[in-house]
Amino acid sequence: MNSATPGATTSIEPASVRIDHLEQGTSLWKDAWYRLKKNHVALFGLCAFCSVAILCLIGPYFTGRTYEQTEIGLKASSPMESIFLKTEAFKGGESKRSFVALSNLEDEFLDKTKSDRKDIVEKLARGGAYREGKITYEPSARRYLFGTDPLGRDLLTRVLIGGRISLAVGFAATLVSICIGALWGATAGFVGGKIDSAMMRFADVLYALPFTVIVILLMVMFGRNFILLFVAIGAVEWLTMARIVRGQIISLKNQEFIEAAISLGLPGHRILFGHLIPNVLGPIIIYATLTFPQVMLLEAVLSFLGLGVQPPLSSWGVLIDEGSRTMETSIWLLVCPAFFFSLTLFSLNFLGDGLRDALDPKSSKD
Amino acid sequence: MIKIIVGRLLQLIPVLWIILTLTFFMSKEVPGGPFSAERQATPEVIARLNAYYGLDKPLWEQYLGYLGKLARFDLGPSYTYQSESVNEVIARSFPISLQIGTLAFCIAAVFGITAGVIAAANKNRLWDYLPMSFSMLGICLPTFVLGPILALLFGLVLRLAPVSGWHGLNYVPFHPMIMPAVTLGLFYAAYIARLTRGGMLDILSQDFIRTARAKGVPDHQIILKHALRGGLLPVVAFLGPAFAGLLSGSFVVEKVFNVPGIGQEFIKSVFNRDYPLVLGTVAFFGILIVVFNLASDILQALMDPKSRK
Repeated sequence: MNSATPGATTSIEPASVRIDHLEQGTSLWKDAWYRLKKNHVALFGLCAFCSVAILCLIGPYFTGRTYEQTEIGLKASSPMESIFLKTEAFKGGESKRSFVALSNLEDEFLDKTKSDRKDIVEKLARGGAYREGKITYEPSARRYLFGTDPLGRDLLTRVLIGGRISLAVGFAATLVSICIGALWGATAGFVGGKIDSAMMRFADVLYALPFTVIVILLMVMFGRNFILLFVAIGAVEWLTMARIVRGQIISLKNQEFIEAAISLGLPGHRILFGHLIPNVLGPIIIYATLTFPQVMLLEAVLSFLGLGVQPPLSSWGVLIDEGSRTMETSIWLLVCPAFFFSLTLFSLNFLGDGLRDALDPKSSKD
Repeated sequence: MIKIIVGRLLQLIPVLWIILTLTFFMSKEVPGGPFSAERQATPEVIARLNAYYGLDKPLWEQYLGYLGKLARFDLGPSYTYQSESVNEVIARSFPISLQIGTLAFCIAAVFGITAGVIAAANKNRLWDYLPMSFSMLGICLPTFVLGPILALLFGLVLRLAPVSGWHGLNYVPFHPMIMPAVTLGLFYAAYIARLTRGGMLDILSQDFIRTARAKGVPDHQIILKHALRGGLLPVVAFLGPAFAGLLSGSFVVEKVFNVPGIGQEFIKSVFNRDYPLVLGTVAFFGILIVVFNLASDILQALMDPKSRK
């Protein structure tokens, strides 16, 4: 980023000169996008992350089920298992409809002998209907793509809703950490001198705190509050951002265009916000992409320990925790949320690496 | 050098003070004390308990008293473990966590550095992409995903290791320590591999390596003798944060494998509102982290002549 001149971001074209075949200069962002496009892995990361995000955002409206609705007959049914419709007719024409999964079907006929039970289940599995008194069982076209959890809730909807929460926490906490970190680092770097060293000393002291521990304490002591989760995680993750931004600002501060701005008599805050911060946007974006997965990881750890969001709401960490408890009998409860979580981490990490190569060719390690 | 060490040791004091003050007043601010959730006790009993644990004194007196005791390394009695002091709880649980952490650390260092060096030596070839893809996989499979999967595979399917627990489970081929340590270690191995590769590539592109090549030094010697020393610098710098990470990782791993280590004790104490134990473990973690940061700084200074000034 040190090589970025101010002219690179804001193109200055004298109006009087009009030459059609003039070589077009590329802006930093165009250049970066061009480089990013050539990096297939990073591009894949971008696409995968966007797909997951969009899926989580609009998916729950299309599954037709809610994340909290329980259905005891569907408890822990595996993905795409056959589902049967159970209709109980009452007097007066009213009837109650519920669903039973194939694996739970035998439990419905516990009053019968074992062989009778087998026969009924077999008959239903072959597509026939079964009637007993006022209760009718018949095959249903309903299927659950990811199966259901031990309370009979649709796992797909829960994974998507959980993704919303995980991504929201990731996004908000990253934003908090960028705001604090960039402002802190920029101010320290720009002002310099004693204030700079005092501010960085303070950051050093914070660095040494066992922050996971502090966040855990906060979550327990002040209730498992959603907003607090954002703020707590964001407040933990800003330190590295502050260091990076400060370093960049210091190296930019002594360049000619800042000297020019100072000699033009621009006030300090305009130099900082108008000229310095736009030039460190690159590293800020790169680091934000890399902070995002870390934040999601921290949220998931907290949720896994039972300190994150509370049921019936879910996040990927909560779902993985629930899944790991029942993995012996229903492995899909672990695999589905873990897959989504890992895919998101994977794509964000690749995207971050790619962005670093694209926006900051000098710092690239290869 | 000594100045750095003394300076960092002095830094320990404000850090610890901040941690403890924060934790102390946070724990006092919360509604509900350690005795309010228990079976309904009579007011007299609660008053007696409060008097016994010194909770009836004014806040600042409790605070000063706590700091005073802490200076003598007395962390006070535990509320939940009636017969044990906090010191005893830590002395009982920390060695278990330490064993797992040390083994995990060795796994991380050995696998990570080896993979990183191999990748750097074969830059942009198959043996670069292969270990690096694995390390990416390791980063994206955090401990709480990897742990259950490993437990399922080795514990339930292959029956090589105990699925959970620590004591009296020696009839299986693997020691109960192995699975938690592998789970914890692989994640950091992945990070260390990436750091090593980056550091090594940085060094391998420098002039003195080219000179060595020109003089005909064999490749393996260049990598192992000339480049490794400088190439490991980022890894050494990572040791401090890695240790802090191992700590928080231990919360998860000890939960997954049900290991009675200090991470579990901490989480339990937080849930039980056992404040002396919370404060004690937090102080203990704080000291450990500062000491490890210091150790990693010293190592870094010893290895890198540039940062010695």
